[in-house]
Amino acid sequence: MAFFLLRRIGTMLLTALCLTFIVFWLTNLAPNLEKLAKNQGNVRMTDEQVASFLQDRGYAQPLPLKYAQWLGVAPGWVIEGRDGTTRSRCNGVLENGVPPENARSFCGVLQGDWGYSTVFQDGVGSIIATRLGLTGKLMFWVMMVMVPGALIIGVLAGMREGSRTDRTLSTVSIITTATPEYVSGVVFIAVFASTAFGLRWFNGSATSAMEDATFENFTLPVMTIALYGMGYIARMTRASMAEVMTAQYIRTARLKGVSFPNIVMKHALRNALIAPFTVIMLQFPWLLNGVVIVETLFNYKGFGWTLVQAAGNNDIELLLGVSVVSVFVVLITQLISDIGYVYLNPRISVS
Amino acid sequence: MKDSYDGPILEIDSLSISFFTRLREIPAVMDFSVRVMPGEAVGLVGESGCGKSTVALGVMQDLGKNGRIVGGSIKFKGRDLNEMSQEELRKIRGSEIAMIYQEPMASLNPAMKIGKQLMEVPMIHRGASEKDAYDRALQVVTDVKLPDPARILDSYPHQLSGGQQQRIVIAMALMAEPSLLILDEPTTALDVTVEAAVVQLVKELGQKYGTSMLFISHNLGLVLETCDRLCVMYSGEAVERGSIKDVFDEMQHPYTQALFRSIPLPGADKNARPLRAIPGNFPLPHERPNGCNFGPRCDYFEAGRCDAGDIKMFDVPGNEHHATRCLRFQEIDWHAEMDTGHGAEKPEPGRVVLKMDNLKKYYEVAANALFGKRGDTKVVKANETLSFEARESETLAIVGESGCGKSTFAKVLMGLETATDGQILLDNRNIESTPIEARDTQTVADVQMVFQNPFDTLNPSMTVGRQIIRALEVFGVGNNDAERRERMLQLLDLVKLPRAFAERMPRQLSGGQKQRVGIARAFAGNARIVVADEPVSALDVSVQAAVTDLLMEIQREQKTTLLFISHDLSIVRYLSDRVMVMYLGHVVELGTTDQVFAPPYHPYTEALLSAVPIADTRVTKKTIVLEGDIPSAMNPPSGCPFQTRCRWKSQVPGGLCEKDVPPMRQLGGGHQIKCHLSEQHLASMEPVIQIAAE
Amino acid sequence: MEPLGWFDILTRIFMQFMPVWIALVVLFTLSIVYKRRLGLYGKLFDSTIGMVGFGLVMFWVFTGIFGAFDLIITHDPLAQVSSMKNKPPGTPIMGAEDGQYPYYLFGGDNLARDVFSRMVKGAWVVVQIAPLATLFAFMVGITLGLPAGYYGGKLDTLLSFLANLILAFPVILLFYLLVTPEIVDTGIPNYMAMVLFIFPLVFVAVLLNSRYRTQPAVRTPLLIGVLGVMGWLYLSLISQPGTAITVLPDALDLFNLQGGILVVFVSVVFVNSPTVFRIVRGLAMDIKTRDYVAAAQTRGERPWYIMLWEILPNARGPLIVDFCLRIGYTTILLGTLGFFGLGLPPESPDWGTTINDGRRLLQIYLHPAMVPAFALLSMVLGLNLLADGLREESLRD
Repeated sequence: MAFFLLRRIGTMLLTALCLTFIVFWLTNLAPNLEKLAKNQGNVRMTDEQVASFLQDRGYAQPLPLKYAQWLGVAPGWVIEGRDGTTRSRCNGVLENGVPPENARSFCGVLQGDWGYSTVFQDGVGSIIATRLGLTGKLMFWVMMVMVPGALIIGVLAGMREGSRTDRTLSTVSIITTATPEYVSGVVFIAVFASTAFGLRWFNGSATSAMEDATFENFTLPVMTIALYGMGYIARMTRASMAEVMTAQYIRTARLKGVSFPNIVMKHALRNALIAPFTVIMLQFPWLLNGVVIVETLFNYKGFGWTLVQAAGNNDIELLLGVSVVSVFVVLITQLISDIGYVYLNPRISVS
Repeated sequence: MKDSYDGPILEIDSLSISFFTRLREIPAVMDFSVRVMPGEAVGLVGESGCGKSTVALGVMQDLGKNGRIVGGSIKFKGRDLNEMSQEELRKIRGSEIAMIYQEPMASLNPAMKIGKQLMEVPMIHRGASEKDAYDRALQVVTDVKLPDPARILDSYPHQLSGGQQQRIVIAMALMAEPSLLILDEPTTALDVTVEAAVVQLVKELGQKYGTSMLFISHNLGLVLETCDRLCVMYSGEAVERGSIKDVFDEMQHPYTQALFRSIPLPGADKNARPLRAIPGNFPLPHERPNGCNFGPRCDYFEAGRCDAGDIKMFDVPGNEHHATRCLRFQEIDWHAEMDTGHGAEKPEPGRVVLKMDNLKKYYEVAANALFGKRGDTKVVKANETLSFEARESETLAIVGESGCGKSTFAKVLMGLETATDGQILLDNRNIESTPIEARDTQTVADVQMVFQNPFDTLNPSMTVGRQIIRALEVFGVGNNDAERRERMLQLLDLVKLPRAFAERMPRQLSGGQKQRVGIARAFAGNARIVVADEPVSALDVSVQAAVTDLLMEIQREQKTTLLFISHDLSIVRYLSDRVMVMYLGHVVELGTTDQVFAPPYHPYTEALLSAVPIADTRVTKKTIVLEGDIPSAMNPPSGCPFQTRCRWKSQVPGGLCEKDVPPMRQLGGGHQIKCHLSEQHLASMEPVIQIAAE
Repeated sequence: MEPLGWFDILTRIFMQFMPVWIALVVLFTLSIVYKRRLGLYGKLFDSTIGMVGFGLVMFWVFTGIFGAFDLIITHDPLAQVSSMKNKPPGTPIMGAEDGQYPYYLFGGDNLARDVFSRMVKGAWVVVQIAPLATLFAFMVGITLGLPAGYYGGKLDTLLSFLANLILAFPVILLFYLLVTPEIVDTGIPNYMAMVLFIFPLVFVAVLLNSRYRTQPAVRTPLLIGVLGVMGWLYLSLISQPGTAITVLPDALDLFNLQGGILVVFVSVVFVNSPTVFRIVRGLAMDIKTRDYVAAAQTRGERPWYIMLWEILPNARGPLIVDFCLRIGYTTILLGTLGFFGLGLPPESPDWGTTINDGRRLLQIYLHPAMVPAFALLSMVLGLNLLADGLREESLRD
């Protein structure tokens, strides 16, 4: 088991390295840097000014070196700029041009320094921490609604395949999987929050939920994300449940005299949940998409919203931070799903 | 739970069951009657699709959504099961009637510990406490002779072998000491030697608990060994019913007779008693003929009479327990010698075409696929020092149970794997280390294979003709498409399929027909060596005979060398010239058919012979039950591979069996045995199978 | 003129869709009459769910096609009629000119364009891109997934790692990184197009070569002909004047995609391929254990013949079902791109962009966002139902 974990973590780190390098490379392409320079400095800068702007701020170094510095395996740069100011990666603009003792030290991700966001004018680490907290709150409620709901719908539909309950619930789940968040969100706002429709039960914006989440301002974003995933998980659970219910061992149980509720609860449920469990865990990457859409739609300034801001403004270090976090979220859920699978499924033995 | 009821335990009276599809009603069982008395075992025999399992599910009242009982009654201890409520049925299921199925792995819940699954039964039906239920479970697991019961109760089904799982299923059925036990092909998925032990166990337990049994099987030999009476079914109807002796020795229905004539008996060989296949095909449920269902395939068919209308069961005069569904049973001379048909003499084996010399195949496998350490591998010795020769027009049978290495050997011969050591000589050319991509077309076409599973052997999305033509293209037969097409049609003729089949898709063919196409494909490049990997074991008995005969006929014409892999000693005895017995990668015995089937035996061959069920009342067999299961090839025992289960082991001094792998000993006439037993012991062996003089 | 009531609006819309209704009726009549001869497609008409799904999908397909010929639309989707800004459905146009349709059936959007016509035109964007992009993704997934599943080992480890790498990217982040004008300037999408679009060529070449390997006289001319045509199409597709890849002179270049469309196309293919790869790989691993594969091996077939002619045809059931689902997913992805204003031009009538435009004033004016939202919903729903029907019918065999 320990070896398995080690190998998985190794793969995870390798994946994260590859991904961040790709992000790093894409964000450091010449047109992107030019855009960055013009955003930061002046929109009407000449090519020459752009070049020196980038030169002074360490962007003109070779890509692998920059990446190594970001990682913290190469010492940060100190550059005496053509405009006379000396800047360093680790200490920003240096007073009187004299680098302090530790100016040439390492300051990258490995040292816990995630860099500086050019858009928010703040440390990437602290931005991500706050935003992730907000998104965590959203995700918690989404999970609370989505997972039990989906499992109940799936089990109820799958335990008697072809019955009226099954048909009704299956139709509902198909409809919800066919409704992406930006459609359901728009419909929800229109029906429940607009003046035109007149219901006005909930708030169409979740900005206030960042401070204080209430039933009015949080229901719509939570439901919007939950519904889309719910249909998908419910369909998986239903298929798995329906398959298990036709298995020979369910017939054995039935012919042993076990009552129907007990067949479902004791014999079918655990076997039926093995497949959807993996699906639920693998939903996370997709939920992240939902989060981005919903946070944009409801103006909830969480992690997804930050991603859009960072990407839209080519905020390199923030974007890298966001990528690292989302990649790790994806990989860790995969790891959890593998481990959980082993515990749910006794057929796979752990040596 | 024992009450004082002493009438028939189960009484089925003119039962009819139908399945309903979108298009039509499909009758699965028609006018079926049988009676099971206390302590009696009744067999239900027939080929697949004859409705025998449907009867069992009908008794359990578990026919699914589409199935319905449309007529007749099923009385259990005098009470009609058809009229019981779901709640009443639930009380009877598991406590009074229990059922055992074909696939033990599938009938145990994979995510629940064995103990819990067993304890459930008394807890539901008797409200037993957990402690009592556990004690009972422990006792029953001991009764089914499983080692270390406490550990078994604490394990999951996948941790047990197939034989152990089936014992658990039996234990589960016996937990509440039911009055009736229904066994639906309980041993079909098991190896022969394991099957023999399970059958023995069922017989003993039946006597011990006084349980009545309804034993469903396609194997007449098994029914002979386990049952008191039997009922033969054909296409949804019972065609003959009576005691074992009545039906086996005084059969009164043409189908029963045809069935017996189509199965090989290890007591006799092909000259003394040739097989005779039943002509035609099993009718589909919605295409049954008028009158007698067996009519179109029957030798005694009389038009205008047999197909006039429904036929009732008739009692055989002078024996009220014997009944048959045949209008002409009193007119037929049941003792007439059967028409043996072709008496074609087989050509003598010619020159040696294939020679194996000390062939070895080892695999390296990861010790644990998911969590194993890298580099932590185990060597599996799939084949150890295989040496033999095969001649032109010769049939060499390779006999063994699962894990004996026969499939690996086939792979190495075909070139799908390369040998670890030793050599394979094809016409004196070494091919052991030439993978199939490197072999020339002629070599590939010369060595071909017929596969076991007819449902898997043909590509489901290509027409039959196209698949054969593709083989012709690859083997470079014919100069253009027209020539290849002509050759393909000739091949269909060769395997006795209508030429119209060329345009059919595999799913439109029956199992036997698919197997014929598989044979045609193997002979497309005029193969000289054909490896037949259990080619008939998945087919029904009546079809088995036809396919076996076809193989032998083609062999006669084409002088093919046939390597016939099988676990069924009856069929091996019937068609092979020489036999090679394998166990855990080792050849344990090699000799002509007569040498292998007569003493001295290798102890494993002896047990194997004893395990084969024989459908002949005249045969007496020595009962040799092997303990335990076949060891895993991943973890073979030290010394002689068979030592863990050998009943002769104590006769060898000095624990030699556990230390050394025995040498191959020559017993004269090419007969070889890999065993430590002394000459005296070998000479003292008695024949396992004896036919009583009439 | 008075604004129209809902009944009038629906009647008029029904009339506008007349060509679609006719096409649907013809298609369904023909299909139901000949359903016994049409294989799996015919069996679809035995299942209600499948028929409803197929009807919905074909409705939008016909709408897209007829809309492209300006048949159904009532106005130019880009024309602005100043008095119609944010007007509710059924509003008449003040002082309509002769020949101009006198109403905005679904009202006007915030730039005073006709919502109905934009919805119809938006269908064409989806119908053009989604199936084709899915097809390309399948080509990539199949060409890589088959050998990964069939051979296993190192090749499988490497390809699976790459697939997981792409899958670990949040889709939106990937889109934000790929689909920006700056990235388009660097020519990366063109290079990606070059790589991704070569797969259909490889696929067809291997398919034909493995089939006719034994008959060189047929194979060589066939391969030259087919690859010649496909190669030309391929070069026309990837070659764009003014970008990094300009291989063909203008005279030979058959068509050019707008820069935006190409990027969108490439990224959607890129995002979908790894999932297809995983499905194909799993199926190949399952099917390669069958006896007919062993039979092919023992008669000395080459690996690619086995993969493409023995394994692939027998994996078609799950693949067809997934193809339908994946078109739906691609439609959603296209909508997502539009929703974030990525790739497609801002005035594009595609549904995602229109939803995004409409949502700003959603609290007051519902119709500009709701109309494309329901269009997209019904199309994806149709694809899902179609996939369900297909799955049900293919399992029934």
